[in-house]
Amino acid sequence: MERKIRVLVAKPGLDGHDRGAKVIARALRDAGMEVVYTGLRQTPEQIVAAALQEDVDVIAMSILSGAHNHLFPRVMDILRERNVQDILVIGGGVIPDDDIPALKAAGIAGVFTPGTPTSATIDFIKNNLKRSV
Amino acid sequence: MSDALSLADRARTGDVRARARLITLIERDDPERLGALSALRASARGSAHVVGITGPPGAGKSTLTDKIVSELRSRGRTVAVVAIDPSSPFTGGALLGDRIRMNRHATDEGVFIRSLATRGHLGGLSRATGETVRLLDALGYDDVIIETVGVGQSEVDIVRLADTVVLVSVPGLGDDIQAIKAGVMEIGDVFCVNKADRDGAERVVREIRSMLETAVMNGAATRFSELFAALADRKQAAREPENADARAHFSQGAAHHIAADGHGSLELPPVVATVAETGQGVRELVDHIKAHEAGLEATGLLAKQRRANLAWELGTEAAGRLVGLLEHEERREEVAALADAVLARCMDFHDAVAGVERSLAEAIRSKGS
Repeated sequence: MERKIRVLVAKPGLDGHDRGAKVIARALRDAGMEVVYTGLRQTPEQIVAAALQEDVDVIAMSILSGAHNHLFPRVMDILRERNVQDILVIGGGVIPDDDIPALKAAGIAGVFTPGTPTSATIDFIKNNLKRSV
Repeated sequence: MSDALSLADRARTGDVRARARLITLIERDDPERLGALSALRASARGSAHVVGITGPPGAGKSTLTDKIVSELRSRGRTVAVVAIDPSSPFTGGALLGDRIRMNRHATDEGVFIRSLATRGHLGGLSRATGETVRLLDALGYDDVIIETVGVGQSEVDIVRLADTVVLVSVPGLGDDIQAIKAGVMEIGDVFCVNKADRDGAERVVREIRSMLETAVMNGAATRFSELFAALADRKQAAREPENADARAHFSQGAAHHIAADGHGSLELPPVVATVAETGQGVRELVDHIKAHEAGLEATGLLAKQRRANLAWELGTEAAGRLVGLLEHEERREEVAALADAVLARCMDFHDAVAGVERSLAEAIRSKGS
């Protein structure tokens, strides 16, 4: 049976900077994962809907607008409302260190700031999946 | 209730996760799915109209699909989309980007979109596509759209799964000899020239029409030639007064399909100019897609086409399993030994092939026992 890690790479919020998202999408692809990229300016509702239809193992969000404290937890809220517990959610972007503990408490399993090697994100995903792929 | 039946039940009652999970199990060729698919009666096609959108990379297939979904939704139809993108032959990874153009439909409960990677399968689709389409059909979506990978000249498997194939072209891809080549250009039921606001679009429309005219005049056997012949028969039969039954079956849609782009006295498939970005021409395109289905239905070709396609799928699936049998270690050694014999010039190539066949027959016998 052919098993693949499927990842949704999404950009919530209104900033139009998707270079980081594309770099990570490409890195995950090169690590043998199937990456569904949804493009810019996605609402938390759209991100969760896409993740469920695509049956992904991971949601990876990138944000540079500063709205992470609102949008990342909102995605977690919707997942909880829909009783989804087996999707690993991670986030990246320009995120101050002080914000990270609250994001983790909200359920964002890993937060990756600029300068993180893509291999660190790949290893994190492989080691923290919430369901067996 | 067993897991399989509960999965089927949840999928039937609209649980998106259960639906998505079943597709994952299909992709993995996981036997766990079989009970659920059987409970959902997903083995044979049902009432959905399956539309294939195919064309070269960058033709605008995803944007066009997005607009077609909107048009179908405005007509009150529910829509499932299966969008296929290539896997890397080296890493096995894939970047599935078709959703970028369509994700605004994600929160519409009448729309279900799923991206599939080809996972090494050739022909423009993934191995799981056929079964996924039958599942979505069984789940009651009115229309199922398959968006193929960007195709070159010979990825034509879409004709085996779609009732109606839309071939999307764009200006600027090459001279008119490209339209004469066999393969992809032969498989369209409805032709679309997208990015029609660009220079050269009219020329592409003309070239496609001229290619289609020539095909008709040469009596080439294409998807549409059979439909046109059947429609002509229907029309003839409908004219005979005693044949009121046939007249009743000759739907308006079918008549529209002939008349819409009839070029002179020749009957040609429609060639529609669109600008997917703005939605221009999309309503007309959907009219033609629906008219094509009506034509297939009125002539009985829909059932005939589906029968031939299911037979093809059965054969292909069985062939895939045979190849799988060859991958067992024992068999691999036998085949390698035959290869050695051919290399040493002790055996002819075709005798070695016969040896592989015998080995397969043995494998099938031992599998059965």
